[in-house]
Amino acid sequence: MNDSNNNTPRVVITGIGWVTPLGHAIEPVWEKMLAGASAIRKTDGFDATTFPTGFSAEVRDYDHNDFVQHPDLHRGARPNSAFALGAARQAWAMSGLDDDGELDVDRVGVYLGAGEGSPNLFDHIEADFAGWDDERRGLDTVKWAQRAKTALSAAGEIEQETNMPLYHVANELGAAGPALNCLTACAASTQAVGEAVEILRRGDADAMVSGGTHTMIHPMGVTGFNRLTALSTQNDEYETASRPFNRNRGGFVLGEGAGIVILETLDHARRRGAQPLAEILGYGSSADAFRITDMHPEARGPMSAMRLALEDAGLTTADIDYISAHGTGTEENDKTETKAIKAVFGDLAKQTPVSSIKSMIGHLIAAAGAVELIACVLAIRDNVLPPTTNYTDPDPNLDLDYVPNEARKAEVNVCLSNSFGFGGQNDTLIIRRFTD
Amino acid sequence: MSREVVITGLGTVTAAGIGIEPLWEAVCRGRSLVGRIEQFDPSGFDLQIGGEVRGLKVNKIVPKSYRKATKVMARDIELAVAAADAAVRSAGLVTPGINGEDDATYAGERTGCHIGAGLIEAEREELTLAMVEARDSEGKFDLHAWGREGMGNLTPLWLLKYLPNMLACHVTIIHDARGPSNTITCAEASSGLSIGESMRVIGRDDADLCYCGGADTKFNLLTFQKQILTGRANTQDNDNPAAAVRPFDQSAAGTVYGEGSGIVCLESAQTAGARGANIIARLTGYGASQTINRTSDPLNPDANGDGIARAIDKAIADAKITCDDIDAIVAFGTAIPAYDRAESAAIGRVFGDRTKHLPIWSSKPYIGMCGAGAGGIDIAMAAKMLQEQKIPATINCDAPIDGLHCGSAPARDAELNHVLVYATSLGGQNVAQVLSRA
Repeated sequence: MNDSNNNTPRVVITGIGWVTPLGHAIEPVWEKMLAGASAIRKTDGFDATTFPTGFSAEVRDYDHNDFVQHPDLHRGARPNSAFALGAARQAWAMSGLDDDGELDVDRVGVYLGAGEGSPNLFDHIEADFAGWDDERRGLDTVKWAQRAKTALSAAGEIEQETNMPLYHVANELGAAGPALNCLTACAASTQAVGEAVEILRRGDADAMVSGGTHTMIHPMGVTGFNRLTALSTQNDEYETASRPFNRNRGGFVLGEGAGIVILETLDHARRRGAQPLAEILGYGSSADAFRITDMHPEARGPMSAMRLALEDAGLTTADIDYISAHGTGTEENDKTETKAIKAVFGDLAKQTPVSSIKSMIGHLIAAAGAVELIACVLAIRDNVLPPTTNYTDPDPNLDLDYVPNEARKAEVNVCLSNSFGFGGQNDTLIIRRFTD
Repeated sequence: MSREVVITGLGTVTAAGIGIEPLWEAVCRGRSLVGRIEQFDPSGFDLQIGGEVRGLKVNKIVPKSYRKATKVMARDIELAVAAADAAVRSAGLVTPGINGEDDATYAGERTGCHIGAGLIEAEREELTLAMVEARDSEGKFDLHAWGREGMGNLTPLWLLKYLPNMLACHVTIIHDARGPSNTITCAEASSGLSIGESMRVIGRDDADLCYCGGADTKFNLLTFQKQILTGRANTQDNDNPAAAVRPFDQSAAGTVYGEGSGIVCLESAQTAGARGANIIARLTGYGASQTINRTSDPLNPDANGDGIARAIDKAIADAKITCDDIDAIVAFGTAIPAYDRAESAAIGRVFGDRTKHLPIWSSKPYIGMCGAGAGGIDIAMAAKMLQEQKIPATINCDAPIDGLHCGSAPARDAELNHVLVYATSLGGQNVAQVLSRA
């Protein structure tokens, strides 16, 4: 990755923005995270009262028109694109790139880890039921097609494509450089940031807008995860249902939202007098190559991603002050991630604080990693660690320092952030306090 | 200093069948593979023809121990798994997925996998079979009944069939690729971007071998209707499938869709040389860009070709050649008139006076537009053109627009040193590659 060649540009973060279940601006959300607030409520977006899981962490009272400058471009935006636009505008404004008269837009790219747009389920069902033949128990595709012609709309369907958040963000900001979207499940936005860093290092752009956005809080998203039995079903204690590393954890809680960062080469940031918020030092990407349903029991993929990121950063585990865990609150993830941290960090594992903000905002799936990366930037800025909340019943087999329940003041200079995707794609980023 | 990257294996699954040879033979003979759709009765749709893959049996392709996993493969995944198998075999590589566990050509840690994917829709019949169990007394879908018991009719692993990253994940498992892995989802630009990023991964020494490209099917009912809704399909030639797709022709009336996968094996020139690999072509240039389109319509292409031209310029510069060195172009060439004009404008901007003499070829009249899989197929075709020193037949273009050099012609030998390939997505992502003679 980052070869020892001194000509490889340093990459810094100059803007951050998020739209999360705890709010839509950096500071108030961060204050709530440090206070251990829970954003988990009964699901509002659709009637989930009979679903095995009737709760989630939803973005509330949000309108992307409060953020964008080209509202006409975004009239059809699905929630995933809308979240990305608000987060991108926040990050872009903070970076000051708007005021840079010399900006070469062909050298500004976008690399998102965005999820698909929410399906127009009831339009689709209209066609499905019209085409259903009860006697044959099969679909009559002629009848299906005839109804689909009127039930579906072009604009509504196109907005579900996975590259639409990218389309919206790039056009909103006028970013004409390399434009990519990756969708490596729950690892997507960590991967997007890492890949964007590589684009800057190799000189294919001067600045990259990166991060992710997603919602799977819709009937088929919840159905999919409920069928996998991956979600918590603690409907009577929903506010505290996201319990990473806790003995009585019961699966993850769906969240939604977006996190966007502005990445620049240090030279580019200096030229325009921008103040870096942090430096990205290392990125590691690996595949478990084991099973699509299970993580490798020896955690080889997560271990490899962390080791590659450390090597890329030129750091050792002794340099890491904080690990932002993938920490979903599923039994498999929490065990495997703990095992991987122990294997990589050895004797230092128990002294290295690890926490999961998914305990408060749920799992934002493709967007999770970018939001967690932003929390790392703020942890460095404020020398404070966000807690793992709902940690009331320690699992004796999981014995790391999970920063239980309360934020902690600590000297934080270097953070490592993990994201692991269903199917086995794993990504790790390492960031450091910026110093000349 | 970036390491040199070569193409050592080509795996395509298209309407011509599995492998590059049947496709190459068809395009050299000028034989379109577009036909009436057979996997469902298309007569209710405005478009009834396409480039279907026939007779694909993925459980016969994967290792015996992996057969069970084929039950959770959407069609897109099957196409990718089959193309990867063809690519690995074509490259003469040994992996656990091919010949056994112990003598793999490359270590798993040094093998990456970047497979682009489209939006994978759930199979409508499978989903409806479960949903009809949740109807109310009036026959309407009842979300309460669905939440209570209806969803239980779906297989527990239902979601995993349709996640776009599963194309790469299955391939990494089958072939033990434990290095960098990614899933780029930029519609029609997905394959090109995946192959470009793989080239960079090898270039910066993060892997020695990458399986890369993309796969997609447009024959899921919902996906198919979505394509028709975009207004980009030619719905006037259902009775004349072989002539339906007419890229850059004055009579171009839209595209037809296909299903397919193009996966190539990229290796570092140094490790490929050390193992005595057969080098099909070198991958020398890559560029990407975004079209800025403030018409508030994502369907509206890059009218003046600016975005496509910038990607092409970058790829040519990256290859350290000039536009004068390009000998042929594998165009996106969909026969969607607005896209044809945008491409023509881009080619004109980049190549100026040379435009009228530069051979331009498109795979779309033969196999239809295969979405996220299209670029991988096109890059494989460009590699084959360089290897064979031959330009396949051009069909369905009697009156080229803008004086482009792409009129119907039989296959012909040509000295080819550098071939340009590009794609542009609905959404405005553009990607270009330069492939060079081995």
